[in-house]
Amino acid sequence: MSTSVLYDAPGPKARRRSIIFSIIGLAVIVAGIVGLLFILAAPRVTANGASQPGLLDGSRWDIFLDRAVWRTLGDGVLATLRMAAVAAVLAVIIGILFSFGRSARAVWIRVPVAVILEFFRGMPVLLMMLFILLVFGTGTYWAGVAALAIYNGAIIGEALRAGIQSLPKGQREAGLSIGLTPVATRFLIEFPQAFRQMLPIIIAQLVVLLKDTSLAYIVGYSELLRTGVNNLSNFFGNRYFFSLFFVVLVIYLAMNLALSWVARFIARKSGPKLGTLTPGTFLPPGAEGTQAITMVRHADETTPGTTH
Amino acid sequence: MDAVVDNLGLFWTGFLSTLSLLIVSSIGAIVLGVLVAAMRISPVASLRGFATAYTEILRNTPLTLILFFCAFVLPYLEISPGYFPLAVIGLTMYTSPFVAEAIRSGINGIPVGQAEAARSIGMSFGQTVSLVVLPQAVRMVIPPLINVFIALTKNTSVAGGFFVPELFAVAKRVANDRGDAVIMVLLGVAFFYLIITIPLGLLAGRIEKKVAVLR
Repeated sequence: MSTSVLYDAPGPKARRRSIIFSIIGLAVIVAGIVGLLFILAAPRVTANGASQPGLLDGSRWDIFLDRAVWRTLGDGVLATLRMAAVAAVLAVIIGILFSFGRSARAVWIRVPVAVILEFFRGMPVLLMMLFILLVFGTGTYWAGVAALAIYNGAIIGEALRAGIQSLPKGQREAGLSIGLTPVATRFLIEFPQAFRQMLPIIIAQLVVLLKDTSLAYIVGYSELLRTGVNNLSNFFGNRYFFSLFFVVLVIYLAMNLALSWVARFIARKSGPKLGTLTPGTFLPPGAEGTQAITMVRHADETTPGTTH
Repeated sequence: MDAVVDNLGLFWTGFLSTLSLLIVSSIGAIVLGVLVAAMRISPVASLRGFATAYTEILRNTPLTLILFFCAFVLPYLEISPGYFPLAVIGLTMYTSPFVAEAIRSGINGIPVGQAEAARSIGMSFGQTVSLVVLPQAVRMVIPPLINVFIALTKNTSVAGGFFVPELFAVAKRVANDRGDAVIMVLLGVAFFYLIITIPLGLLAGRIEKKVAVLR
């Protein structure tokens, strides 16, 4: 535990008190979890008075010994990943196009693109999926992919534009002064720097995209949630509903946590380059604002600028 | 066009439902979020660990799964206050860690020098936090918080897939009835979402500029 500027270093009494509170807190949390487990394990009494085994009973979990169940869950994971992967690639491409359009010099390109971007960013992804599904009749898979690609493309486009804008002016001037055309300057000088600078935000947005593939459940695509919970519990019986939901939840968490971890890793790796790229920003001493106030802070827990 | 005009009443009830989902869930999310943020920066290690786990798990769970849990699994566990309250519970739970993170990053954004200055003129912990750190943090937190609520506005549409008759559900229904005017219907619904999200976005931008001048 690092010391905080907010109060003096704790003496023996204060430290003891903090340990006691910590233990009490831990006890409360553990008691809560144990209580929850007891509630789950209690036998269910259905409306007609029949008693069913509790949710932690073996008879509710035995389907997971069946390999076919795991194969079906694997299919669900693949369906989700397939949608996420295609949508991610398209989203980055669309984002790049948007950022060029948004920072174009010609007004007749810039203004309409800005309006379209604002429109896409302000609309729920789900509505966009429904729109594409009903208007273009693409089928649920492509409706999901297209909506996710457009929505996240709009957000990535904004991020890239902000990246281009935050570059020192000298970058563009230098490009122009060695005789590159404005377009070549944008492609060869400005864009690569902006892309690298915004990489953490782009990747964080791709994590959001992976999470959002589950929205396709609502328009009827057979992704992990539908294949895992609806289809399997229809097939094996309703008593497996809770266990199947729990397993699907764990799979989702594992995928998203893994991808978030990769995002943080890349953010940390590309972090130092940020500082060297834009030395123009001067910070007064102490302005970095860090853990001194909140005591514990892992360097880049928050990935800024993402919408979820 | 007439498809929109004919169903304007339906759209309006959907809009009101979306709005009430948004308002109730944001109040819940603020309360829960402040609580989690306080736990996250508290000197008690076990609370800190709990808040971190809560944030990590909820932030990495898709909203669809959370609302699915609220709409199907909670009633299965014999907790069924109706679909609207269940959706509110889900949206509140999902939004609270984002609120907590916004608050925490706002507090983290205060220059250390501010707290040091307050301490060096002899202010106590309570005075430092309430007179120096929090007043500045609140201002810094408002723009990201508004962004969280914009996201929440869009997220309320997911509740439409789980039996809450809000805008998205209305859009689905009307679009099914009027297969000939799908584009107009969906654009009409998009308009209702945009009249919430775009003003909020502009507000966030303005406040951000104002705060930037301060620093």
